[in-house]
Amino acid sequence: MKKYFWLIPVLLFGGQAQAGESVVQALTGQYQQHGAGLADAAHGKEIWQQQHMQKKLKKRVSCASCHGADLRRSGEHLRTGKRIEPMAPSVNQERLSDPKKIEKWFLRNCKWTWGRECTTQEKADILAFLQSL
Amino acid sequence: MKQKLKCNRIWGMMLLVGCIMLSMGTLAWSDDDEWFEHGNKHESEYGEGKHESAWQRTTGVAVVSNKLYKTECSACHFAYQPGFLPARSWVKMMSSLDDHFGENAELDATSRTAIEQYLRGHAADRQPNRFSRSMMRSIGKRETPLRISQTPYFQRKHHEVPARMVKNNPKVRSFANCASCHQGAAKGQFDEDAVRIPGFGNWED
Repeated sequence: MKKYFWLIPVLLFGGQAQAGESVVQALTGQYQQHGAGLADAAHGKEIWQQQHMQKKLKKRVSCASCHGADLRRSGEHLRTGKRIEPMAPSVNQERLSDPKKIEKWFLRNCKWTWGRECTTQEKADILAFLQSL
Repeated sequence: MKQKLKCNRIWGMMLLVGCIMLSMGTLAWSDDDEWFEHGNKHESEYGEGKHESAWQRTTGVAVVSNKLYKTECSACHFAYQPGFLPARSWVKMMSSLDDHFGENAELDATSRTAIEQYLRGHAADRQPNRFSRSMMRSIGKRETPLRISQTPYFQRKHHEVPARMVKNNPKVRSFANCASCHQGAAKGQFDEDAVRIPGFGNWED
């Protein structure tokens, strides 16, 4: 009996990591039904770093402005200074595990950072990029 | 003669005790009754939450009792107790989440409505506690403040706090970060005694 105890953490954490992956897969599938093509992680990385004018702040910003340059470490909100937990699912297992949360923050942050909603293709690409971290 | 003096003393004591009891009764009666009724009426209208104990009612603002409000709003900032602003302020705030003090804080329709209902039902003008009453008294009837820190009551309570301790203090940055200094903020406790300013220590008058 005792020799199987190592299975407990493996199942717990392994299960969680897989949950994240399947969430991303399911969302990507939905995006593809709404016009997106194959998810491109390299393009996701590129648009993550793209600078856009934030009208209210009168500053050029990108996703990295708040999430930080290294997504395996925590970021800091540009204005309020609030700590933002790491985005990389390999470091922070809560990331990319809740589709409702993903959509909520896509809506808010695309509008704030880019001044418009992200397209399904852009969302698929960004998810692929983050999942690869 | 001695007997008569003793008798007078007893009567005097009884009169004094009587006066004290009468005045205490009046105090207790005038304190909360009317507000309680008011609060109860709205409580049933909006459901949610129980009445706080008499202790909480008088020493702090009513604690946050809604899980959805707490998780959604404290993802970004301190979950301000609804008893800090009148219902009209919360309604206005919840209708402009796409520009929430410069941030986009949009919510799905279901969550937005549920949170607005909670905030309205527990707003300062629907709460019997003294904190909320003081807040309401300081806000003009036609005003709809969105920032708690800009209400006259808040400003009166914080006017002695210099900028170097809050605005220019990298560990605090803004009056919006209640819990940075108020140790009991999440429990609705904002007494002066429990204030500890990061980098400055306990607040001394």
